[in-house]
Amino acid sequence: MRSSWKKWRLPVIMLGPFLILVVIFYFIPVILTAILAFTGMDSSMRWEFIELNNFRKLLADPNIGLILKNTVTYVLFTLVINVFFGFILALLTTYFIRWERTSLFFRTIWMLPRITPPVVYALLWIWFFDPSEYGLLNSIRSLFGLPPVSYLTTQPMLIIILANGLIGASFGMIIFSSAIKSIPRDLFYAADVDGAGHLSVIKDIIFPHIRWPFMFVTIWQLLSLLTSYEYILLITDGGPVNATEVLALYSYHKAFQNFEYGYGSAISLIIVIIAFFISLLLWKVFGMGKMIRPTRIE
Amino acid sequence: MDSAQATVTIPRQKSRIYILKKRLPYFIAYGVLGITTLPIIFMYLWLFLNSFFQKMKFGIIPESFTLENWSFLWEPIVYRGSELPSIWTATWNSFVFAGTMTILEVLIGVMSGYALSRIQFPGRKFILTTTMLLHAFPSISLLIAVFYILNFFGLYDSLFGVILVKTALQIPMTTWIIKGFFDDVPWDVEWAGLIDGCSRIKVWFQIVLPLIKPGIASISIFSFLSGWSEFLLLYTFIVSGDNITLASFLQKLTSDPNLVNYSLLGAISLFYMIPVLIFFIFTQKSLMQVSSGGIKNA
Repeated sequence: MRSSWKKWRLPVIMLGPFLILVVIFYFIPVILTAILAFTGMDSSMRWEFIELNNFRKLLADPNIGLILKNTVTYVLFTLVINVFFGFILALLTTYFIRWERTSLFFRTIWMLPRITPPVVYALLWIWFFDPSEYGLLNSIRSLFGLPPVSYLTTQPMLIIILANGLIGASFGMIIFSSAIKSIPRDLFYAADVDGAGHLSVIKDIIFPHIRWPFMFVTIWQLLSLLTSYEYILLITDGGPVNATEVLALYSYHKAFQNFEYGYGSAISLIIVIIAFFISLLLWKVFGMGKMIRPTRIE
Repeated sequence: MDSAQATVTIPRQKSRIYILKKRLPYFIAYGVLGITTLPIIFMYLWLFLNSFFQKMKFGIIPESFTLENWSFLWEPIVYRGSELPSIWTATWNSFVFAGTMTILEVLIGVMSGYALSRIQFPGRKFILTTTMLLHAFPSISLLIAVFYILNFFGLYDSLFGVILVKTALQIPMTTWIIKGFFDDVPWDVEWAGLIDGCSRIKVWFQIVLPLIKPGIASISIFSFLSGWSEFLLLYTFIVSGDNITLASFLQKLTSDPNLVNYSLLGAISLFYMIPVLIFFIFTQKSLMQVSSGGIKNA
């Protein structure tokens, strides 16, 4: 007994704190979410099992149709911006602008939204579309004698998609830029000598080389868009009248605004299960090892 | 003579058109980048100008320089008839939150990263796989269960509780990155120490750790900024004014429809962003690599 303690002492001590944190804040919450989903827990924090009632309630929820529609709109359109605009940014800054300092400048500017604290970033958007004369768009409109428009109530979903797309685009930009940069230069020179136009270079050289990063960015962003709601919470808080409420935010609102912890957990459980299958897809397609690669700091 | 000149000028004209045609894609590239990047630059510029000038003519041209908007630094803001907690309380709390989290994360990450990189023990592979999977896991969906756990331990509305949650959410990624650094340290270095009669822990602490100093530095900066920018967890799990952080402070003022003082909001935002901006200016190059996989949200 003593000798085995001596042998395993080192890994136990070194990994102990890590394992404790992971167990308390990942494993137990997953199990707890699964159990809570079948209870009617509210602010009194009593355990009261109600079988499948939460899920029945969800199906009968008058808001659920709109929320699902919003979720699909939000995820799909933001995903398109993230992936395609990210690709265009990468293409412009690595292929068309060969002057490293200029392209670095542009890429740096595009990183700004990503590193800005969410509260400040949301404030910038709120200000940009503010209905009063202080809002940027409305003050420009007033220059032409046009009446102010309350964009946040007329076009809330568009604003949410743009705000999230701007941040997501930089993610695609970084991954695609490094993928394009890793293409051997000789290929471009050869294409140049053969007189290939830009379009055929993009189609025949760049596209085949970024197929995997392309899929990775798409699946990864799909996963994070489906589960994240921080910027929506800050910019519109799901409003006006549920116009920008998505499934993940709905779960949050149910739990922390209406104190329906059981019901909120049931919605979370559905998201976790969907997320699990998307992660499985990531795992299958990429062998995950590739996925961890970009996090290495050199 | 005349004919000779003609033969010279015609190809020159031709080549000018040819050059123009060849450069056209580059002009378009700069155009697209310029148009899409300008609003971002503009937003941040506005943030800066708005906080230092009394008003903006037509919403864009600054007029009469003032420091009045920065008065929140020396006198409390009156809000709905009552005084908000001083900005310095919030700053101090943000600092404690981000600082403690960084220390915890680096300590735990350095230990677990080393164990996973260098020590053989049963279950190592399982832990490695789990760590990778957790990296993609939507931890934000578990917020309700995490709330229950914090409540259970009596850590609701305590900064320390949120520090633990935030550390736990980031630790899988940190461990992975640090493990990568340890992987790069050659075995020979450790062997040499062990042969000289040092214990494993001593070798780790005195020989291997100093070798990965750059890694520890980047992890520290990254965690600190991540903690400094954190909003959602603090917003959800902190209620009392004594524990207010800069993010919640700013959000509270932004979300009040009666207080549309963008100059004040701009000044506070800028104040809040100081650490982020300092970091951004000095390390933008390495940032491009770190954040490629670092940030989960959209």
